Amino acid sequence: MNHWIIAPVLLPALIAAVIILAARYQVALQRVFSVASTVGLLGISTGLLIESMSGRIGVYELGNWPAPFGIVLVLDRLSATMITLTSALAVAVVLYAIGSGWDKRGHHFHALFQFQLMGILGAFLTGDAFNLFVFFEVLLIASYGLMIHGGGAVRLRAGVQYVLYNLLGSTLFLFALGTIYAVTGTLNMADLALRVAELPADDTAMIRVAAILLLLVFAVKAALIPLHFWLPATYAEAPAPIAALFAVMTKIGAYAIIRMYTLVFGPDVAVTADIIGPWLMPAAIVTLVIGMVGVLGATHLGRLAAFAAVGSMGTLLIAVALFTPQATTAALYYMIHSTLAGAALFLVVDMVRARRLSEDDAIASRPAIAQNGLIAAYFFATAIAMAGMPPLSGFLGKLLVMDAVRAHDLVWVIWAAILIGSLIAVVGFARAGSMVFWKVETPPEGTAEDAAPHAPAAALPFVATGALVAGIVALTVFAGPVTAFLSDTSAQIFDRQSYIAAVMETPRAIEAENLPLEGTKK
Amino acid sequence: MEYLLASAIGAMTAAGIYLLLRQRTFPVILGISMLTYAVNLFLFASGRIAINLPPVLLNKTPTYTDPLPQALVLTAIVISFGMTAVVVLMGLGAYLSARTDHVNLNEGQDDSAEAGK
Repeated sequence: MNHWIIAPVLLPALIAAVIILAARYQVALQRVFSVASTVGLLGISTGLLIESMSGRIGVYELGNWPAPFGIVLVLDRLSATMITLTSALAVAVVLYAIGSGWDKRGHHFHALFQFQLMGILGAFLTGDAFNLFVFFEVLLIASYGLMIHGGGAVRLRAGVQYVLYNLLGSTLFLFALGTIYAVTGTLNMADLALRVAELPADDTAMIRVAAILLLLVFAVKAALIPLHFWLPATYAEAPAPIAALFAVMTKIGAYAIIRMYTLVFGPDVAVTADIIGPWLMPAAIVTLVIGMVGVLGATHLGRLAAFAAVGSMGTLLIAVALFTPQATTAALYYMIHSTLAGAALFLVVDMVRARRLSEDDAIASRPAIAQNGLIAAYFFATAIAMAGMPPLSGFLGKLLVMDAVRAHDLVWVIWAAILIGSLIAVVGFARAGSMVFWKVETPPEGTAEDAAPHAPAAALPFVATGALVAGIVALTVFAGPVTAFLSDTSAQIFDRQSYIAAVMETPRAIEAENLPLEGTKK
Repeated sequence: MEYLLASAIGAMTAAGIYLLLRQRTFPVILGISMLTYAVNLFLFASGRIAINLPPVLLNKTPTYTDPLPQALVLTAIVISFGMTAVVVLMGLGAYLSARTDHVNLNEGQDDSAEAGK
């Protein structure tokens, strides 16, 4: 058993506790711990990614309980890709938070940040549906604290909305899990896959209800229309580094949809085959359109970035909703791209905000900000990426998605939505960029000193944002190898039998007389 | 017994959803609490209702009640309890700093004026 598989969950949990207990009042020490932990996570997850490339599915049994009875963590190519993406993003985000001083605006930023990482990485690694719920809650509890970090009336009110929406999502999740358990008697994903496939074809109402409920839960997470209402206010009002980290939170919803609806309620499972895709596809198309229209209609940069995130989730879920290996490859490529680009966009918006008087982010002409040219260049690059224009990876991602939907009935609707959506987004971004960076006000004579923008001169925010942009460029340049790996990944996702075999056939033979009771799950 | 439990879950869910759709934060929080009670009972019932049976398999007893839903409910109760506490605190904080507990971010700015009447 490879014990490194649990390291991405344990390391941030330990470091967070250490930060609270030992470094409560020393921000410098907190920063050291936090950066060390995040870089360590990147190292571990890169190692796990390299190991997963062999195609072998790693299984970690917690407490050494064999698979259907205990909780398992599963490392396959999909989860390895996701944890590597998360840790890479986290390094950039934590550096930005330190460089911009966001972590000093309230207490416990770094501890909550580590707990958040623990929840996200755990959600990607777990092979048990109830454990997925628990990790969702871990990441949500931490995100509630981070969302209102720094305080302020508007942020608190947006935070309350966010919490209530997600509490509702959690309740739905429990209803879905209860129904699934009542029907199948198990919550281990691999075991579920076996039992759902064996269900009699004439008694499917309960499991279909459960499948749809579960889809609703993940749709809340993925900000799918009409369950997206929490996202714009939350992302626009959250502290920028946190909004950037949240760029991967919506992807957890997409990941969970890919995982559950290929493995458990897969396209070849007769019971639920005809309900998921047909519901998901129209919702995804509408999500894309609403997001892009929101980009055009936004009056503040924060909202613009938030709606760009909604729109990118639409494109991503269009690819997910097809449930074919080719489309899943496209979805995964677009997922990596939109995580990096979305996060970079939030950081750029924050750099503008930090340099303006009274920190407003209205899309309107204001006195020129410090380092206007450099920030404008960053904005230009991330806008190109988010809108899906050549030459950056957004364009390649959209091409892959459009290529994958060729055989679908709604191909013309989807193509039109993607292409017109991109056009609207280009207009929206161009309008915002030219208003904010070009059409600067010249301050009236004599007031120049009062109006002089304050210039946080730290280089670290530029390095962090630059790292994300470099990631987008690297994703574009190495699109070939990345796509090859991702198509191996989606081949593995759709090879359900090997996943089930890896989890259920544990190295230790299960002896019938030593069967442990089922009450070991928490 | 089944009828009693099912109708209790149904009534609480209905009340919870009604309260969720209110426009003030406090009823919404109450609605969420109602829903979590309903879901806890629902989870508990998902292992089938068995009366007067131990949750462990003993040699003497012929059957037992499924212990897994009880463990799940325990986890769910702890989480929902903590979450409710968090959201009550955040709601209070938002109300005290914004002087309104309207759920819509753009409305309810004149709450203190209304209260003053």
